[in-house]
Amino acid sequence: MTIEEISKGRDGMDVDGDEIEIKQGIVELGFNADYLKLYYGKLFPHAEMFKWMSYGNDGKHPACDQSYFGRREFSFTLENDIYLRFQSFNSAAALENSIKEKCPFKIDIGPVYSVDPAKRHAYAQAGDNVFTPVERELIFDIDITDYDDVRYCCSGADVCSECWPLMTIAIKVIDTSLRDDFGFNHILWVYSGRRGVHCWVCDGRARRLTNEQRAAVTDYFRVYKGNDNSQKKVSLMGPSLHPFLVRSSEILTPFFEEKLLHSQNLFGSEERFEKILELIPDESTAAELRGKWLRSSTSREDLNAVRWEQLKHCLLVRKTKAHGLRRCFEEIVFSYAYPRLDLEVSKHMNHLLKAPFCVHPKTGRVCVPIDPDRCEEFDPTTVPTLSTLLEELNREGSRDDTENEWDRTSLGKSISYFRSSFLQPLLKSCKEEMENSHNAKVQQSKNSLSW
Amino acid sequence: MEVIGPKKKTPFPSESVSNTLPVYRSAPQLEVRLEDFELYAIDRLRVLKGISDGLSRGKKYQEMERLVSELWRKNMGHQNPSEMMNKDIISHFVLRLVHCRTEDLRKWFLSNETTLFRHRFKLETLDAQRAIMAEFDLPYKAVNNAEFVSVKDNLSNVARSISQPLHSAETIFFKVPFEEVPELVAGRRVFIHKGYAYVAMNQVGSLVVTQFRSHLSKALVLTNRKWTSTIREQEKDRLTPIVEALSTSYLGPDYSQSKEFSEISIKDIDQVANSSFPLCMRHLFEKLREDHHLKHGGRMQLGLFLKGVGLRLEDALAFWKAEFSRKVGAERFDKEYAYSIRHNYGKEGKRTDYTPYSCQKIISSTPGVGDHHGCPYRHFSEENLRAALCKMGVGDKIQEVMGKVRDRHYQLACTLTFEAVHGTSCDAGINHPNQYFTESQKIMQSKVFLAVLVQDNNAISTHVDNIANYAVMWLL
Ligand code: SF4
Ligand SMILES: [Zn+2]
Repeated sequence: MTIEEISKGRDGMDVDGDEIEIKQGIVELGFNADYLKLYYGKLFPHAEMFKWMSYGNDGKHPACDQSYFGRREFSFTLENDIYLRFQSFNSAAALENSIKEKCPFKIDIGPVYSVDPAKRHAYAQAGDNVFTPVERELIFDIDITDYDDVRYCCSGADVCSECWPLMTIAIKVIDTSLRDDFGFNHILWVYSGRRGVHCWVCDGRARRLTNEQRAAVTDYFRVYKGNDNSQKKVSLMGPSLHPFLVRSSEILTPFFEEKLLHSQNLFGSEERFEKILELIPDESTAAELRGKWLRSSTSREDLNAVRWEQLKHCLLVRKTKAHGLRRCFEEIVFSYAYPRLDLEVSKHMNHLLKAPFCVHPKTGRVCVPIDPDRCEEFDPTTVPTLSTLLEELNREGSRDDTENEWDRTSLGKSISYFRSSFLQPLLKSCKEEMENSHNAKVQQSKNSLSW
Repeated sequence: MEVIGPKKKTPFPSESVSNTLPVYRSAPQLEVRLEDFELYAIDRLRVLKGISDGLSRGKKYQEMERLVSELWRKNMGHQNPSEMMNKDIISHFVLRLVHCRTEDLRKWFLSNETTLFRHRFKLETLDAQRAIMAEFDLPYKAVNNAEFVSVKDNLSNVARSISQPLHSAETIFFKVPFEEVPELVAGRRVFIHKGYAYVAMNQVGSLVVTQFRSHLSKALVLTNRKWTSTIREQEKDRLTPIVEALSTSYLGPDYSQSKEFSEISIKDIDQVANSSFPLCMRHLFEKLREDHHLKHGGRMQLGLFLKGVGLRLEDALAFWKAEFSRKVGAERFDKEYAYSIRHNYGKEGKRTDYTPYSCQKIISSTPGVGDHHGCPYRHFSEENLRAALCKMGVGDKIQEVMGKVRDRHYQLACTLTFEAVHGTSCDAGINHPNQYFTESQKIMQSKVFLAVLVQDNNAISTHVDNIANYAVMWLL
């Protein structure tokens, strides 16, 4: 009983690539439908999700759009491989009840449409594309499996503390640019539950981007030559680097030199250093280094550092072919450490993305938010799992002196981060935005009256 | 413009600076002769169609630049230079009216007019570009000196990274929300800070194009409202028919009389159908042979095509009769069907000469149950189309053809089929079934030549060379 069957039924729609594999034996891993029911009943932050997805429109202000939340698409993947798209809810209670009743193994969030997605067929007859996405967070999806050619500790869906820092550094590069370059403030990073991270940019401006503008932002982040699939060939052309690339290089280079170089043992064997030499366009420089490294012993402890220094010396210090080779030093760093985004996810408004606080059925881990300011502290192997959470609940017995059950579990700090660092500031600025646009409208109609 | 649109107090933009690129903000107050109304529109339509073909064939930016200026020069000139601007403006507004009426038309028009504008803008002088910016009332102020100094290093880094060094003294920058210059953001051709892009004067094209596009997009919706609420009714005897005809007009030769390969005879028709009919006609032809019958839509589409191919009236009558009488009897054929065939040839009724259908007309037809007319690329299921293409001998190009179909470029799919079947390229693209036939015949005949020549290899050599060269040309 794998989910592959249903993915066929998804008629090619955009779904988060982190597909679920529900296999026997998940109970041992601490994941099953009964556990999940308890989780949705006691721990899942329903009210917070509703508040978030309402963006202030659930209030009393005259500028509130009461239909807003009801036009958002949710989709559920159920236990028995049933995939429900275009679910919509007109209240917090309706959302919560449906989740509790259906107990979805995965919840995906889609765009806000022009009309209630559940009633899309009724509008389809009217012609002229009434049913179209109108708002959507700008989203990013980074998956560790896309780094398989540059990590030697794990492959596929596995991650460990040696390769996870690649995700950490990706968060830093993208988050900094989203804030400093694009001026976004309300950004939520979430652990995808297994092998990567998701990013939700929730500012009004971000939600209203057109597909063309989304593609522009993703292309701004793109450093690979050729098509999106050949991720290896980083190409940083031009006589000088764009400020975004300069900044990224400043973030990536120390990370590469101090961490990645050693943790992945990048120069540790002939096969590995050949991969790096391939990135040097000048044959004679590559040959010289190759000769040197083949002759030297591989037992030295500081092997990686030494060889990297030698390479840098050749490329940077010796002014052989000036900046052609200089650029190549940066290209090597970028090839190994620059974020590898799944670009297709970000380009279109109607791509679905897994909701935060879902539980990954394969690992049993909760998709908890990651604080970008402290992302190096995040350790995917200590993220609460369904079974530990339920244990924690049981251990404490049922006391009612805490407001929320989650405060008694290790999920508590994730939810309180979500509330205080993400949701509160977001709702505050939604309110301001709403008031400003309302006042402007009032002013306008006053003017036109007096005129 | 007298015939449409709201009146504006001043005549259209009084050109203080002599830019030749209007921004079409409001319909000008001009008197237009009805013929010009149509003729100008057709000329502009040729330009837009050319652009649309270029875009769907995936032409690169530089190629498009050349294409656009060539199309413009060829079609939009006027003996009287002072009339050129009028022609430009009038034709734009007429086509706006023509294309405001459905979502698909609006999209098509918007995309091609925007491309046209983008390339024309680039050709303007700096002063003219500035004047155009002013016309759009772009709300952006030039970055002041203090701010310029604070970001100067970044600006010059960006400029160097795209190999356009900054000459700081004369360079003016505008600070605009990054959303408005997606092309520049995508290429990292601007410095972006806190949501604002610093756009250099020589990059404002992108900005202006975005404005142009969004204005036109809104205007089209308004025009559509006006069209449905008043214009269509008010102008129902004068402009409406012209407007409606223009949106489906086909601009090539009309093929109502076959010229180059006149006269095919009934005995050749099967062979010719197999070698030179486009899929739409081949299908009708086969169905007719199979069922000895075709419904009205099919009879019209195939009948007029055959007329264009050079089947004379007498032969046509004999051809149709041979088939139909096997199903309905000769007598009923003479009574019920002969008339409409004679009619097609202009021998009955109004005696107008009916012209063969263009691809566009066939593609936009809506065949019902039991009908076999229409364009197979559009109207067949994927499975049937695949089978039909296999039968035609498209070979391993099928994937590519199906790709075009999926993108709804039916005529391009047909062009690719033509190229695969004939083993030559067809740069003009297929626009008309009769054009398909003519092009195909040219190739077939040269192939025949070649075959004959190869057999008879004792022929006088220079003569052979000449003809062979000619033939080879067609085979390339
Ligand atoms: S594209 Fe034109 S010629 Fe080709 S099949 Fe369709 S209608 Fe016929
Ligand atoms: Zn690892």
